[in-house]
Amino acid sequence: MKACVVVFPGSNCDSDCWHVLKDVAKSDVQFVWHKESLLPEVDLIVLPGGFSYGDYLRTGAIARFSPVMRSVEEHVRKGYPVLGICNGFQVLLEAGLLPGAMLRNRNLQFICRHVYLKTENTSSPFTNCLKHGEVLRVPIAHGEGNYFCDEQTLETLEATNRIAFRYSSETGELDEAFNPNGSLAHIAGILNEKGNVLGMMPHPERVSEAILGGEDGKKIWDSILSAVA
Amino acid sequence: MTMTFTEPEITKELIKIHGITEAEYARICDILGREPNYTELGIFSVMWSEHCSYKNSKPILKLFPKDGANLVVKAGEENAGVVDIGDGFAIAFKIESHNHPSAVEPFQGAATGVGGIIRDIFTMGARPVVLMNSLRFGSLDKDQNKNYLRGVVGGISHYGNCIGIPTVGGEIYFDDFYEGNPLVNAFCLGILKKEDLVRAAATGVGNPVYYVGAATGRDGLGGAAFASRELTDESHEDRPAVQVGDPFMEKLLLEACLELAKSDAIVGMQDMGAAGLTCSTSETAAKGNLGVEIDLAQVPRRETGMIPYETMLSESQERMLVIAKKGKERVVEEIFEKWDLHAVKIGELKSGNLMQVFDHGKLVAQIPPKALTDEAPVYVREECEPEYLKETRAFDLSQIADAPLPSLRGVPYGTTKQSRTEIASAALGRLPRNDDEGSWNQTLLCLLDSPTIASKAWIYEQYDHMVRTDTVFLPGHDAALVRVKGMKKGIAISTDVNGLYCYLDPFEGGKIAVAEAARNVACVGAKPIAVTNCLNFGNPMKPEVFWQFHRAADGMSEACRKLGTPVTGGNVSFYNENPRGAIYPTPTIGMVGILEDIGKRVPSFFKKEGDFIYLIGTTYDELGGSQYLLTVHGLRKGMPPRLNLDFELKLQNFLQACASDRLLHSAHDLSEGGLAVALAECLFGCAGKPMGAEVNLPQSGLRIDSLLFSESQSRVLVSIAREEENSFEKKVHSSAIPFQQIGVVTRDHLKIGSWIELSSRELEQTYRQAIPRRMGE
Repeated sequence: MKACVVVFPGSNCDSDCWHVLKDVAKSDVQFVWHKESLLPEVDLIVLPGGFSYGDYLRTGAIARFSPVMRSVEEHVRKGYPVLGICNGFQVLLEAGLLPGAMLRNRNLQFICRHVYLKTENTSSPFTNCLKHGEVLRVPIAHGEGNYFCDEQTLETLEATNRIAFRYSSETGELDEAFNPNGSLAHIAGILNEKGNVLGMMPHPERVSEAILGGEDGKKIWDSILSAVA
Repeated sequence: MTMTFTEPEITKELIKIHGITEAEYARICDILGREPNYTELGIFSVMWSEHCSYKNSKPILKLFPKDGANLVVKAGEENAGVVDIGDGFAIAFKIESHNHPSAVEPFQGAATGVGGIIRDIFTMGARPVVLMNSLRFGSLDKDQNKNYLRGVVGGISHYGNCIGIPTVGGEIYFDDFYEGNPLVNAFCLGILKKEDLVRAAATGVGNPVYYVGAATGRDGLGGAAFASRELTDESHEDRPAVQVGDPFMEKLLLEACLELAKSDAIVGMQDMGAAGLTCSTSETAAKGNLGVEIDLAQVPRRETGMIPYETMLSESQERMLVIAKKGKERVVEEIFEKWDLHAVKIGELKSGNLMQVFDHGKLVAQIPPKALTDEAPVYVREECEPEYLKETRAFDLSQIADAPLPSLRGVPYGTTKQSRTEIASAALGRLPRNDDEGSWNQTLLCLLDSPTIASKAWIYEQYDHMVRTDTVFLPGHDAALVRVKGMKKGIAISTDVNGLYCYLDPFEGGKIAVAEAARNVACVGAKPIAVTNCLNFGNPMKPEVFWQFHRAADGMSEACRKLGTPVTGGNVSFYNENPRGAIYPTPTIGMVGILEDIGKRVPSFFKKEGDFIYLIGTTYDELGGSQYLLTVHGLRKGMPPRLNLDFELKLQNFLQACASDRLLHSAHDLSEGGLAVALAECLFGCAGKPMGAEVNLPQSGLRIDSLLFSESQSRVLVSIAREEENSFEKKVHSSAIPFQQIGVVTRDHLKIGSWIELSSRELEQTYRQAIPRRMGE
């Protein structure tokens, strides 16, 4: 697989994503500076986590104007997979490639800890190696991950099977007690209409090696590998 | 623009405001051969402040052992110490205080403390990969201290998270002695290829001097001088002396500077921290034995009408001074253009020995740089043993009944009557009703509920502790442990000091701080290699404070020598006082160790039901200075535990050897709260799913409270697989280390002899809820 990781000023999970794509997913991966307007020929684009533009104005609000985003949109139109993690998800929302918006976490604090995710969609390029209802243990690390959208959008997301992951208990139970940030309908990750864009707040790149205490994140990379193969 | 500002005349009053004594002023006149102007007075004032010159601490700092194997940069040579870790790599690390700014503006004070220590590391060409911190606050029963905690943790989280360097651990104590003068010590460690090391010396006459990074404003004016005096009720009026941080700007600066370090276009780099442009310009010139000329008109500014005095003394954040190679100017400029940062040539190196500062071509200051650095005044302060020690040493343990306390007394010291009652009844509600006479169960719960001992998850979950995907041990273990991608080795770090021990006996307290930090590192299986320290004390003009400082340094030095861990740098923070007096002497240690094979790491938590539990080391009736005495009896008395360094070294070598043989499932150092607390902590490896333990302690003639809560040093709890029993016992025998098999790991209860029996869930809840409950969550 050929992949690229977009680097905005203030991205800070760029090298983590690069490492996992190269050393775990054994892909051919390169960084792309946000000022580039042409993307290389790749099978996957990753928008990594971080604080692009220092979260000035709103999370992801300035990064969406970076020249590289035009090519990302082009890539999406052509149907190639694009994965936005954490701040990458926020950028996708601001760019209108995914619906909805992020609010500050319910407790108004940054939260970094492991949470459980219940798999809802198993047909996308990012989730095809997962079973429906399968629970993953993946960390979150954000201050604004409280997903929100209007009722109609939520209905559409539900009806079209575009909620990829929800926050849950270890056994897959859905309850506010297991929702770390107050997200609407426990949403942790959503897909676009075509299913080729995934935005998720949790960080799969942080649990893709045993030495880091878990390998559940690998299932997402495996899914992508099998989808682009 | 024309200057309308006329510089004030130098009067006695003005000199005094600048913290310069009459004798020092005479010396300045001597150096210059004339009276200084306003700008020069300001420059001398900050450079000769304790914060920059170490004028009161230098004679004592010389006591620390500075030599050791593998040192690339030793203490005092550069911004941070550098140690060779093999395979062509080295690590740079340092701990530094930001106490006074945090007392006045907790959020920005703590944030810029983090920003400053990160700059110290990447200035040297090292990529910062780890942040830690050491914090002290007054009791969480007071709103002001809750605000301090919220602000400081928020500030650290804001800066560290945004810049993308994980905060992987730290330590925190709550005690009335830190009321109004919280301590915020930030630690940073970076990794570099040895050939990328950048020095802060200005060499090569004619080489251009660049100003890079953020623009200069009036924030942080005279911050170094502000840090070098006591806090008073009026200190909040010094708020302009606190800087404002922008982690996004620093992230860009970091990336640009690391590109620069690899570029071959520069000869030196120095961050503008304390005393800003003044300090970086004079220090680099002094180190290079050269003169330097700069023109302030070139300095990018974000405020208008700034006079030379302000521009030279500003401590605006996220700025660096770069000495480029003549002819490579474009390389420097292009790198900074890429990151949308200022890179402006403000001057160049000159032969001779003068720092000349111009403003639009007009000479506004002219001083030999060495007069500001190497030749700053040094004082040997008077010292005398404090009076209070007579009383604390006279304490006799037999004054305290060796019995669990009635419920109402088992409540944290310093709380109001109302909240004592509330807390006690809350604690009682969780206990059997026939327990009104008190129980050891309740004593243990009371200790686990004290914020100093309790879970720090409320704090570290606000820090991104996983970014960079190198954090192998999440916070909560004895030491932080990070991997280095592409290497087999791991880096283990611990920050530690028990201020109460140092208050009761600064020599032994200093020794213990080093030994315990090293023990934490040894518990995970690593070999301690070097130390950075942050020496937080009161006003050094007070002979009692200086005595504490000297004794603590002696104790630390002795331990560092014995354990083979040289001091590679750090900082001194004096004048930590509130209107009631000095804080505890608090010499924070940042200990760094190397684990040769990270696959052989040892966690601090029990792993498997059925494993055998051993107590290594010897327990004595050592309750002086213990958390038990403080929390349960409200006493800051007695002598802290004694520490035998020969035994300590033997124990640490033994732990490393066991780790290397993969004999241990877990190893946890016994510290605050003694054996009972350590046993409970071993159960909490997986949140919400605590393990259990059943332990029997052999008769030893000790008091029961000592058995359970003594803080005797050089003790460790380990757990091993049953099948390793023989090989483990053989090994510990041959090392001639005292040990006892005390029990087994079980499923869900903690039972210690006939004294303690509690469900692990209740223990964990008490432990995890202590801080959130006080923070109103």
